Order: sequence, then structure tokens, then C-alpha cells
Amino acid sequence: MRHIISVLVENEAGALSRIAGLFSARGYNIESLTVAPTEDPSLSRMTIVTYGTEEVVEQITKQLNKLVDIVKLQDLTEGAHIERELLLIKINVSSPSATADVKRLTDIFRGKVIDVSEGCYTIELTGTGDKIDAFIKAVNPKTIVETVRSGASGIARGGRALHPFNIST
Amino acid sequence: MASETEILTGADIVVRCLEEEGVDFVFGYPGGTVLHIYDALFKRQHEPNIPHRLQHILVRHEQAATHAADGYARSTGKPGVVLVTSGPGVTNTVTGIATAYMDSIPMVIITGQVVSSLIGNDAFQEVDTVGITRPCVKHNFLVNDVKSLAITLKKAFYLATSGRPGPVLVDIPKDITAHKTAFEYPKKIDLRSYKPVTNGHPGQIRRAADLLLSAKRPMIYTGGGVILGDGSDELVELTRLLGFPITQTLMGLGSYPATDKQFIGMLGMHGTYEANMAMHECDVLLAVGARFDDRVTGDVNKFCPDAKIIHIDIDPSSISKNVKVDIPIVGGVKNVLRDMIKSLKETGKKPDDAALQQWWNQIHNWQEKNCLCYDRHCDLIKPQFVIEKLYEITKGDAYITSDVGQHQMFAAQFYKFDKPRRWINSGGLGTMGFGMPAAMGVKLAFPNETVACITGDASIQMCIQELSTCKQYDLPIKIISLNNRYMGMVRQWQEMFYDKRYSHSYVEALPDFVKLAESYGHVGMRIDKPEEVEGALREALAMKDRLVFMDIVTDQTENVFPMIAAGCGQHEMVLSPLSPPSLRKETIEEDE
Ligand SMILES: Cc1ncc(C[n+]2csc(CCOP(=O)(O)OP(=O)(O)O)c2C)c(N)n1
Ligand SMILES: [Mg+2]
Repeated sequence: MRHIISVLVENEAGALSRIAGLFSARGYNIESLTVAPTEDPSLSRMTIVTYGTEEVVEQITKQLNKLVDIVKLQDLTEGAHIERELLLIKINVSSPSATADVKRLTDIFRGKVIDVSEGCYTIELTGTGDKIDAFIKAVNPKTIVETVRSGASGIARGGRALHPFNIST
Repeated sequence: MASETEILTGADIVVRCLEEEGVDFVFGYPGGTVLHIYDALFKRQHEPNIPHRLQHILVRHEQAATHAADGYARSTGKPGVVLVTSGPGVTNTVTGIATAYMDSIPMVIITGQVVSSLIGNDAFQEVDTVGITRPCVKHNFLVNDVKSLAITLKKAFYLATSGRPGPVLVDIPKDITAHKTAFEYPKKIDLRSYKPVTNGHPGQIRRAADLLLSAKRPMIYTGGGVILGDGSDELVELTRLLGFPITQTLMGLGSYPATDKQFIGMLGMHGTYEANMAMHECDVLLAVGARFDDRVTGDVNKFCPDAKIIHIDIDPSSISKNVKVDIPIVGGVKNVLRDMIKSLKETGKKPDDAALQQWWNQIHNWQEKNCLCYDRHCDLIKPQFVIEKLYEITKGDAYITSDVGQHQMFAAQFYKFDKPRRWINSGGLGTMGFGMPAAMGVKLAFPNETVACITGDASIQMCIQELSTCKQYDLPIKIISLNNRYMGMVRQWQEMFYDKRYSHSYVEALPDFVKLAESYGHVGMRIDKPEEVEGALREALAMKDRLVFMDIVTDQTENVFPMIAAGCGQHEMVLSPLSPPSLRKETIEEDE
């Protein structure tokens, strides 16, 4: 099963390599990993997308929790949640009909053309990983110049939140 | 005590922090990046009337510093402390750090680093210390400001000794040891990201108590966690209260008295027949501070097929890692066992006496196979015999360290440990070279006790240089080298699984150990007749103030039995050729 694990981690040098090292040392799968600062400068938030049997994912969360830098962790997949990923894609548009096709496709997927240069469009699209996969599949592969994906970010629906306060003293 | 706030250099702060922590010994080796710290040690040494004086022990190789600190920690329960320089100093410690990590031993390693401005420049003696050690420490730090030095060391000691203990490394760039700041050592520390659980869940403990009382064929299986968590008294009380059979892992020996009738021997790869059979047949298993290591379980698919399992451990990630358990209890062993005893008493119920009687009868039957038998009439010295004699002469009261190999297993099988922290060996990593330096750490902690290192002709050569350290600091340990001219354990596997192709397991060109010991200023003895063993042991042990190196020439062909070969279940042991043939399992599978 695919799991999205959100992690609040002390903003310390080396925290990222501890987590990456844990995954490689124990042979866990990692589909994507994103890190960015939070509103609290002492904390970073990571979203890790991983997959494995229930036993393996249980071990992953336990092993992550054991890392001293990890303040709090939540397996988003355990409840209702929202997942988003950003895609930036550069597409060749050599003919007027190709231009129209790309624009139409971008509209259907509710993406945006964010840069235009001669013969080339750059499109921005957010959505679940599935939606992004579907968009890339729909584009003529010969026209794709470059793609970049952010990896997934996720947040729980409703009041459930990943916050350090209820554990800090 | 630090009265008014003093302005100190980073180097002074390191020394003061160690004093504040009550550190008795620092095991170390100097070099460029720790010179300020060594200077601070020197100056402090010459100050009169300081509240707590620590002693620096100069080893001959940094690996030995970590093993010595480790031996000190295992025998005392206090953290071991190591101080080494950057680069090669650090890389030399990695084996010892990993050894401590695998067995969850509290240790603080202070390493010098090149000056901050040079980090990342491939400077002289620079290595990425936190990177290299990350996978084998509980946590590590790179200090980047002298102001955070004291608090970082405080954190290091706290992390190393709390929860599931382990080694913690603090890497200090040289410039930081020269910078000055006001020294203040925090009394307490609180980390929002680190909250080890201490008490077990009361509901789970009650459920566990009920399950224990319902058992017909119960087993208690305990590991190093009972020793690390100081839960020995509670374990004894609980086991006696229940009247259940108990077995222990290599790391757990001593936390329940081996001479007690409820103890049925070590389990696992070289465990007793009765312990492994009882594990296989039990219906309720209480696992305490043990981690279901592959050397214990054999093939996990065949492990305890009929058992409902209760597992007490301080580390949630140890629970259901290798074997799925029915009642997990996360918490400190001591507290959980105490609450479990209380819970059992509150029920007012007793275990099923009739069932237990039947179960014990079965176990006594297994015990009759006498699985640890060996040839007592051989003209050659049998290694088992040496350990038996050592046990008799020391009345089971010595501190025993060991290296890795057959001698280690014989020590575990034949020396009956009645007290915790007496049996000191590298179980998890299996590090040859551990024994002698570990014995140094133990002897420093317990100068009036007998400390013996049971070793092999190959293992002893991995840290032999420490004979010099033993001379310098007058550490009269007893080295009992079971010299079979082989890497015996390797030879045994080659005999059993590689058709006797003894590839590179013969230990050629052995030195004359007697002369070697003498050249270091110690006493050497060579013993090659069974009838000389007892006298020689008595003579060596009587030399209270001398290190004695006993080169005991043993039977090269002896093997360790019973043995669970790879891929086999606990009940599928290979027994000694001297055991009744009906019991021997003839088909053994090939190992990895
Ligand atoms: C550092 C290290 N290298 C290799 C091994 C693999 N190994 C395990 S036991 C053993 C042989 C040990 O020989 P010896 O010390 O003579 O003990 P014996 O088995 O003969 O009693 C070896 C090489 C190890 N455990 N540690
Ligand atoms: Mg040998």
C-alpha cells in the first residue's frame, strides 16, 4: 500500500540525511520526499511517500519516530486527507494546431501556461499524482522537452493537524 | 562547583562538563584537533582541590578506547566516555561505536574536527564524522558555536543513557575548543522531540497477566534489555512467583541466576536443547527486553508456532519487527515488570499447577539429553573444561569478557552467571578484538574484582597492543586464550557446510604468546595438558597484581553444540556426536 507520511522535524543540519539514510539502510521504498520550512523557523516539514506491506509501513513509522530529530509524525493515509503535487512541463509547440492542442489539454486539466517562448510552452499543473500522470500521458511524448515534479505534499482533512504544541513543554 | 559564571575556553568546557557528569574515566588518544582539549586535561590535572577528578586512559588504538569505554559501561551501567582526534582517530573508533550501538550501550564519544572554516575542504585529517557514524549512533552532533557546547554535551549524556541507551557522538571543530564563553552546565534537559516511554500501559499489563495465568506451557525469554534497564530483581521476583521456566539470550545472561532450577540455559543458535525445544513447544511466551534476533529465532517461520506472545520493550520499533506479537507493552523493563507482578497478585489467581507440573516433566526429559556433554577423557585440553574449571575456581563471581568465536559460546554455555553485568561480550555486532580492551574498562571500574577475558588465538591478535595500556595503568586482568590454532568458529562452519575445505581459517605464524606477554612486562603461561589446567588457573588467579596471559592449547577439532543451522527452526538442532543418536539431526542445510 502507498502511504503518505508527514513529519515535523527539528530544523537541524543533517536531519534530512538521517531520514534518507534510514530509508536506504533498512531497504525501505521511497517514492518521493519533500522538505520545506514551516511558519515556525525551528521546524521543517517533510512529506514522505512510501509503499510497503502494513508491517513494513508500521516499522517505517516506528523507526522514523525513533530518530531524535523527529518531533512528530502522522500517517496521512490513515484518515481523509488531501494530496497535491506540482508539475512544471515544457512542451514543443511547432505548429498552430499543436499549440491549440496543448492549450486545450491544459484547460481540461485546469493547468496554466506560465511561460511562452518561440516554439515552446511551459505549463504549471497541480493535483494528485494520478492527475499529473494522466496529464503527462495525454501529451504527445515526442513534444515533451522537460518535466519537473515537486513530489507530493499532503495535509489531513478537517481539524486533524500535525502540530508540535501538544507535545512541547 | 561553578560558583560565579566563569569564562572558559571550549576545551575547558569539555573537561568541566565531563566532571559535572561525574565521569571517572575518559578513554582516548590525542591528535591535532583535540590538542586544546588535551591541554585542558593537563592543566586541570594539576589543579588542586577540584570537586571531581577524572582520569584519562591512554589506549594504543582508538578502537580499544571505544571497547574499553564499552566494557566500563556494561559493567557499571554508567556511560563510557571516549575522546579521539579527527580523521583516522574517528575512523578507528567506528567498529567500537557500532559494537556499542548494536548492544545498546550508553557511550559518549567526543571527536575533534578540523577548524570550522576548513570543513568541507578535504583538509588534513578531515572526515565527515557525523556522516560516517550516523548509521551506528543513537544520535550525533556537530557543534558550531562554543555557546552551544555545554548544552550539546548535556544532551549527549542524556540521550546516551535514557530510553533505549546507545552511543552518542559529539564532533567539535578545533576552533570551537579555543573560543571562550560563560560556562554553565544545565542541571536538566528536555527535548521536545525525544520522550522515551517509561511506564507500560496498565490495560496491556493486565491482559498480559491474564494470558500468563492461562498458560499451560509457558516460557519466559529475556534479553539484554533486562540488564540495561536494571530489571533483574523484578525479573527474578516475577519468574519465581509464576514458577515458569526461563531462558535467556547471549546478551541476557546473568539477569536471572543461571544456577537457579527454573533457568534452563541460553537459547538460540548455540542454546541448550531444552531451552530451544521449550521455546518451540510453548503456548505462551513472555519476551522481556529481547529483540527476536535471527541468532535466537532461527527460521522465523518456524518460530514458536503455538505461542501467544507478550513482548515488553522500551523501544516500540523492536516490537513486531521480526515476529508478530499478541500483547505489546512499551515501557521500561523495570517498571513494567513491577506493575506486572502487582497485577498478577491482584488477580488472586495462581498459574495452572497441574499443567505446569506436566510441562516441567517434559522439560526435565529434554534436560536428560545432556546436550552440553563433551569428551572428558580426551588427552587434549577441551575448551569447555577450561571454562568449567574457571567457573569453579572463581565461584561464578568473576567479571568475564570475551571475544568472538567458539570460545565465546563455550563461555556463555559453561560459565554460570548469577548476577547481571558480569558477562561482557559483543553479541550484536560480534566484534573480534572486543575482549581485552573491554576487560580493561571493567578492571578500572572494579579494581578489586577478578576480571578475566576469555579469548581465542585469532581474536586476541586484533587488539593485542593493549597489553601495553594494561602495563601502563597496572590492570591485572587474566587473559585466558583458548588456543586452537584456528578461527575455530569459521573452521566449524567449513567442516559442517563446506565439506571441510578450511579456507584461510588456520591461524598460521602464531607468536609465542608467553614471550609476547613477557615483553610487555606481564606474566605468560603456556598450558597444554588437561591435568595442568586447574593448577595453572589457580596460580594465575592468585597473582592479584599481575596481568597473566594464559596460552591454553586446546583440541583443534572441538565444535560448539547444540547448533541450529541457518534455515532451521529452533527444534531442528544439530547435537554433539556424543549425544544419543536418536536425537541427532543428520540433515543440515547449507548456510547463506
Ligand atoms: C572483526 C571480525 N572479523 C571477522 C569475524 C568473523 N569471525 C567470527 S568468529 C571468527 C574466528 C575467531 O577465532 P578465534 O578468536 O581463534 O576463536 P575460536 O572460534 O577459535 O574460539 C571469525 C573470523 C568477526 N566476528 N569479527
Ligand atoms: Mg581459535
